[in-house]
Amino acid sequence: MRDVAIIGVGANPKWGELWGRSLRDIFVEAALAAMDDAGVDRIDSMYVGCMSSGLFAGQEHIGSLLADYLGQRHLPATRIETACASGGVAVKMAALEVASGHADVVLAGGVEKMTDVGGADATYALGTAADAEYECYHGATFPGLYAMIARAHMDRYGTTAEMLAQVAVKNHDNGALNPMAQYPFKITAERVLNSIMIADPLHILDCSPITDGAAAAVLCPLETAKKLTKKQPVKVAGFGQATDAIQLAQREDMTWLESTAQAAARAYEMAGVEAKDIDLFEVHDCFTIAELVVMESLGLVGKGEGGKATLEGRTARDGDIPVNASGGLKSKGHPVGATGVAQVMEVVKQLRGEAGDRQIKDAKRGLTQNMGGSGGSSVVHILEVA
Amino acid sequence: MAGIVGWGCHMPRHRVKVEEIAKVWGADAQAYKKGLNVQEKSVPAPDTDTITLSVTAARRAVARAGVDPAAIGACYVGSESHPYAVKPSGTTVAEVLGATPECRCADFEFACKAGTEAMTVALRLVDAGEVTYALGIGADTSQGAPGDALEYTASAGAAAFLMGADNLVAECEHTYSYMTDTADFWRREYQYYPQHAGRFTGEPAYFKHVLGCAKGILDKAGLKPEDFAYCVFHQPNGKFPATVAKKLGFKKEQWEQGLLCPLLGNTYSGSSPMGLTAILDVVKPGDRILHVSYGSGAGSDGFVFRCTDRIAEVQKLAPQTRELLEGERFYLQYGEYAKFRGKIIMNVKGA
Amino acid sequence: MPSASYTREIPQRYRLEAGKCSSCGKIYYPPRLVCVCGGRDFETVALSDTGKVVTYTIIRVGPSDFVEEVPYGLGIVEVDGGVRLMAQLVDVPLDDIKTGMPVRLEFRKIYQEGEAGIICYGHKAVPA
Repeated sequence: MRDVAIIGVGANPKWGELWGRSLRDIFVEAALAAMDDAGVDRIDSMYVGCMSSGLFAGQEHIGSLLADYLGQRHLPATRIETACASGGVAVKMAALEVASGHADVVLAGGVEKMTDVGGADATYALGTAADAEYECYHGATFPGLYAMIARAHMDRYGTTAEMLAQVAVKNHDNGALNPMAQYPFKITAERVLNSIMIADPLHILDCSPITDGAAAAVLCPLETAKKLTKKQPVKVAGFGQATDAIQLAQREDMTWLESTAQAAARAYEMAGVEAKDIDLFEVHDCFTIAELVVMESLGLVGKGEGGKATLEGRTARDGDIPVNASGGLKSKGHPVGATGVAQVMEVVKQLRGEAGDRQIKDAKRGLTQNMGGSGGSSVVHILEVA
Repeated sequence: MAGIVGWGCHMPRHRVKVEEIAKVWGADAQAYKKGLNVQEKSVPAPDTDTITLSVTAARRAVARAGVDPAAIGACYVGSESHPYAVKPSGTTVAEVLGATPECRCADFEFACKAGTEAMTVALRLVDAGEVTYALGIGADTSQGAPGDALEYTASAGAAAFLMGADNLVAECEHTYSYMTDTADFWRREYQYYPQHAGRFTGEPAYFKHVLGCAKGILDKAGLKPEDFAYCVFHQPNGKFPATVAKKLGFKKEQWEQGLLCPLLGNTYSGSSPMGLTAILDVVKPGDRILHVSYGSGAGSDGFVFRCTDRIAEVQKLAPQTRELLEGERFYLQYGEYAKFRGKIIMNVKGA
Repeated sequence: MPSASYTREIPQRYRLEAGKCSSCGKIYYPPRLVCVCGGRDFETVALSDTGKVVTYTIIRVGPSDFVEEVPYGLGIVEVDGGVRLMAQLVDVPLDDIKTGMPVRLEFRKIYQEGEAGIICYGHKAVPA
């Protein structure tokens, strides 16, 4: 198998409610940005992470649609769906195709156009990432499922609403420095705690938003990366993916994400590193509680210690385990299928030293963790300066 | 003769008081409370309908009977609020109990008398040797037009009776029915609320049929009021059944145990059957019960039950009717009640 | 029009039928075709209708079929015997819902497909 590098990344310039832009528009903007960043005008293959273009936009078969609109008609193009982890898995599939030698230049994209449906329909569409017959049937929503994880974490470890709020505060501090963020402003813990309740104990400011957005990355063999681009190549050092019971009720431990722990274990082993060797983390903070449980499941902190570490500032940009320097899903936005690719984009920019005001000093190695459902899927990448 | 093997009752915990309804229509609450002898009524939440009420009542009946549900050979639900216009309520009830597929089923409808007709057919199928056990259920989530006198009483509840030939808790000694074509209360297809003929619903309708049925069954049985420990009559309000009882010569201690209307309202098909469950909860072996229903349109079914020694063993095997009636209750404001009962105009889904 | 898929789930939804692995005894709700132990023979068992709340939330923004139901309690109930399932928590003031609360499963309407579609039934948890 060949070593793989990422030579270009891009997104549509501003995430949010893009009323004037269609699914195909935002994807093509992101893909062109990544190809321009890589300095390539041709790709051999394409993977697109997208959770539910069918329910959000009435459009399936987007591999064909998007390859054509990208000006790459006849390209082998495949949609990847693992709920909100679709983007991250698209990157993994692109890396595998390059590594296998089947293709040389592969684009991994992710897209979600979410605002063409109303709030209740969006809540329904996102809910389909849970067990349709035994969770959604009873009126479960994603905020609701993570709220139940939060309640269990609170009951077991004494995690508080203030700890959850601090995750949002920290991620908005970071997102305020990210030009593409949907909500690039700071917030206070008091504002989080006084915001409207969505699913107790989660307030609306504990939740990532509904977002239109796309992101893309261009991958190629590491050994040819330097010929193709003048920029610092970033090596895909390790990746791992795992699943767990889709139903929260059937998990062994509702305060732990076994899919994340197993995906991370595979990625750490492949890269030959441990959590302590990593300089920054982009993780799936779809809800504030998710960031805490992910940190614990990745081994950044001990079980039940995520909230305390956050209050102590350890996860801030200048902390010892910087988490979500991009602003995370919380501030940057969460176009579900695009999120995993955008996490990779942030780490690539950080490793190249292109992250502007939110740059983590001397970042040489970063980790992304992208999650589907309430933890039914998880994918982890470890990227490092080549 | 066949009889009751197990009984069960269910009602919503939500209630609305007469004052709360009167306030909205500028009506005199005290006059209604005194005139109808009703204080409050049960209200079904949006997740409660005739099928769900029937299921819980039937499960309680089966629990008291202690029989294998697969031996239930018929399931009849009488109601004027079947959730579907076409698709039986009884199939769902039988399926939940585990009585399918060897089970007879059809829904009954006869204003407030549908439940007792279901009970009669269940009893007689057992008597005929067609089935081992048969369920007769009376249940409703009844509607009264907003502002109409019926709105103060139309309520929700269910009573279920598992009929059998052995292991009886109460033998059915006699049945009788008294029926004419009387247009006192009706609802046409596609109408939300029933209409009634005002005072015509009293003497020529309720009283004529209930008294006719009660006298008929007493004559047929050769029994007098003093032969009964308890009696229960259909309860469109809290006054009519007491008036009937007095006219027939029953004493207060015979009729008050079964009179649920003052706190429950009129559960239509569930009304007198639920009263019967409240009596079965406390009755003693050997006691006789007279039960007379009434359904507009119009007719009355009469039953004479005589309780067996087994009844004392099963009374506590499921929640008792007066525990449900007087237990924890959630009082609704009129707006919540209107939302629960679908009285607020909503957009059609998808519009 | 999910009437076929609805009908298919009736044993689980109406009678709380679960599958017990004949090899290792693990109980699955809903039933499955293969156990984590590899066993493929299952015995049908009915779950207990009593249990306790192990975690919960109050849904204040609901999906399209539940928009008119909010706010409603939703929790994971561990029924006697240890199997966990999701159910709405009803007939209890929202502020009184607590972890560990004893509950009983009662047959209720879960949602309906508007005025013309089928009515979907199942169980909700009420205070025991």
